[in-house]
Amino acid sequence: MIKKIVLFISVTLFAISSIAQEETKNKATHDFELELEGEYRYFFKAPSFNNQKDHFPSIAVRPEYNVAWNDGYESITVKGFFRLDVDSERTHWDIRELYYQKAKDNWELSIGLKKIYWGVTESNHLVDIINQTDAVESFDGEQKLGQPMVQYSLNTDFGTFDLFYLPYFRKRTFPGEKSRLRFPIIITKNDIGFQSNAEEWRQDVAFRWSHSFSVFDIGLSHFYGTGREPIFNFNLNGNINAFYPVINQTGLDLQITHDAFLWKAESIYRTNIFQDMFAFTAGLEYTFSNIKSTGVDIGLIGEYLYDDRDELALNALQNDLFFGSRIAFNDVQSTEILLGGITDLKKSSKIFSIEASRRFGKSLKLEIEGRLFNTIDANEIILSNFKDDSFFRVTLFKYF
Amino acid sequence: MNNKILIVIAVFVLNSVISSAQNGLEIAKAADIADTGFGSSTVQLKMTLKNKNGQTSEREMSTKTLELKNDGDKSLITFNTPKDVKGTATLTFTHKIGSDDQWLYLPSIKRVKRISSSNKSGPFMGSEFAYEDLSSQEVEKYTYKFVKAQGDILIVDQDPVDPKSGYTRRVVSYNKEKGYRIEKVEFYDRKNALLKTLMYSGYKQYKGKYWRASTMVMSNHQSNKETTLQFSDYNFDQELSEDDFSQNALKRAGR
Repeated sequence: MIKKIVLFISVTLFAISSIAQEETKNKATHDFELELEGEYRYFFKAPSFNNQKDHFPSIAVRPEYNVAWNDGYESITVKGFFRLDVDSERTHWDIRELYYQKAKDNWELSIGLKKIYWGVTESNHLVDIINQTDAVESFDGEQKLGQPMVQYSLNTDFGTFDLFYLPYFRKRTFPGEKSRLRFPIIITKNDIGFQSNAEEWRQDVAFRWSHSFSVFDIGLSHFYGTGREPIFNFNLNGNINAFYPVINQTGLDLQITHDAFLWKAESIYRTNIFQDMFAFTAGLEYTFSNIKSTGVDIGLIGEYLYDDRDELALNALQNDLFFGSRIAFNDVQSTEILLGGITDLKKSSKIFSIEASRRFGKSLKLEIEGRLFNTIDANEIILSNFKDDSFFRVTLFKYF
Repeated sequence: MNNKILIVIAVFVLNSVISSAQNGLEIAKAADIADTGFGSSTVQLKMTLKNKNGQTSEREMSTKTLELKNDGDKSLITFNTPKDVKGTATLTFTHKIGSDDQWLYLPSIKRVKRISSSNKSGPFMGSEFAYEDLSSQEVEKYTYKFVKAQGDILIVDQDPVDPKSGYTRRVVSYNKEKGYRIEKVEFYDRKNALLKTLMYSGYKQYKGKYWRASTMVMSNHQSNKETTLQFSDYNFDQELSEDDFSQNALKRAGR
């Protein structure tokens, strides 16, 4: 499979380099960046399952290269990633991005591995579906694997129309034996099959219309292809039967920006051979800015999360309330703190989180994260496995 | 008799108030007209922050601006340094009347976020410039009072229309002989105490008409901090269009 990815990349590279050579008459600008990361995660409760560790030192490297020509309207972007970790499954590499892009007048074309983000809410990202989640990389699911695609985007007076052709599927990686935040059974990538006989090579498509006018930002999307989220069936022996289904998913995201209020909603309707599902997240964010002329901003976030799936959900957010606060000091070091808490409205389960970051000097940044799993209900199919996995993370980034 | 004198004085005072307001507005309009027609521009910007102990830190940005005929300018700012925010970019649609539209692009997660533009008075990236100091200066955003003339320099008192502004007033010095370019701005805080002074220098004229300063120094008299903006590589010939100020363009700028 890796061979196939490499083949795809090589073909892409060859195609773009030949295009690039034609265009070298214009002056090209080159940009190379390198980011090194040292990380330490500490899980302070005794593990639930055998062989799970408490301490996870780790390092990561992110090189990136960009070449742009034709006044910046054409470019090639490459972003790599490698992590070395105590958990063998979390030790992984990826090509986050490797694409050629051309923009002309009101259209834009991208070919290669790319990352696309859709959505507006803070506590959950329902409509965002183009890229597979890098599930071993972060708890919040915001880290993604590079997705091979052809993307065509057209700006009109009636909004932006995006068409996606997605020729290859990336499987999700699950934590290994030493890792926390896993199930009692170790799931490997290959344990999870496909509904489609074409497996990874099922040719998927997606479409999105988005428009910004007056106080509104609206997006309407549809995805038809292999779902990024596997379906799990737990049988009576505790074995897991899991596969990636073919899905149709329609998504809506809406934000209304009025003074210091941001009203936000995301909703999806998804169908596959097993189930029809509906989920939404809605809420608001209000920011008190430049409090007493100190420059400090305090934002308050409240969101309600609903998901009508039950056992089939990989997501633990079925009927929950999220409260958060974003504190930005707007100082020279860009100090920021994000506090949050999710509470289940029917069960006792609660998750608290803190994320903070601050720059030191020109090229260092320190990041701290804490996640606390509190009074997790024993009936939570997914979350109950993580009840002892509260952790703190300290990460130092160095930029070259 | 006394009443007549009072009326005469009242009429005289009223006249001078109206004429000073008109003069002030006319100067602001003249400055606006002098800068009309530049079309679009790009510029590199270096921001140097100095604290009261003299320690400095720098930020580098690329800025694109598009002039619109019937509304405020559009602008796209991309950060190049510090490295941890490289690629972070903002897209702003200024409106002559009402609040501006603003989007923020976060390159690490590829997310475009519509953000509230109601935070006018807060500091931009830890600097002595507030967001409102850096936004496009539209005539409609202030009411005006002519103060005095000192040779070619015309001094105008400007009161922000928006109640969310951090200032009670700004005192702006226009240079009448140089296309009404701004030489100095003094900012008075909500208690009407002098807060900051902005000095413009190193002016150059582009396309034979448009004056642009190469250095702007903002000194905060209350905190003794200072921020210097240095502009380089002004380009008025790229002929940017509205397509260069779309959300796709915002993502391209940040990569």
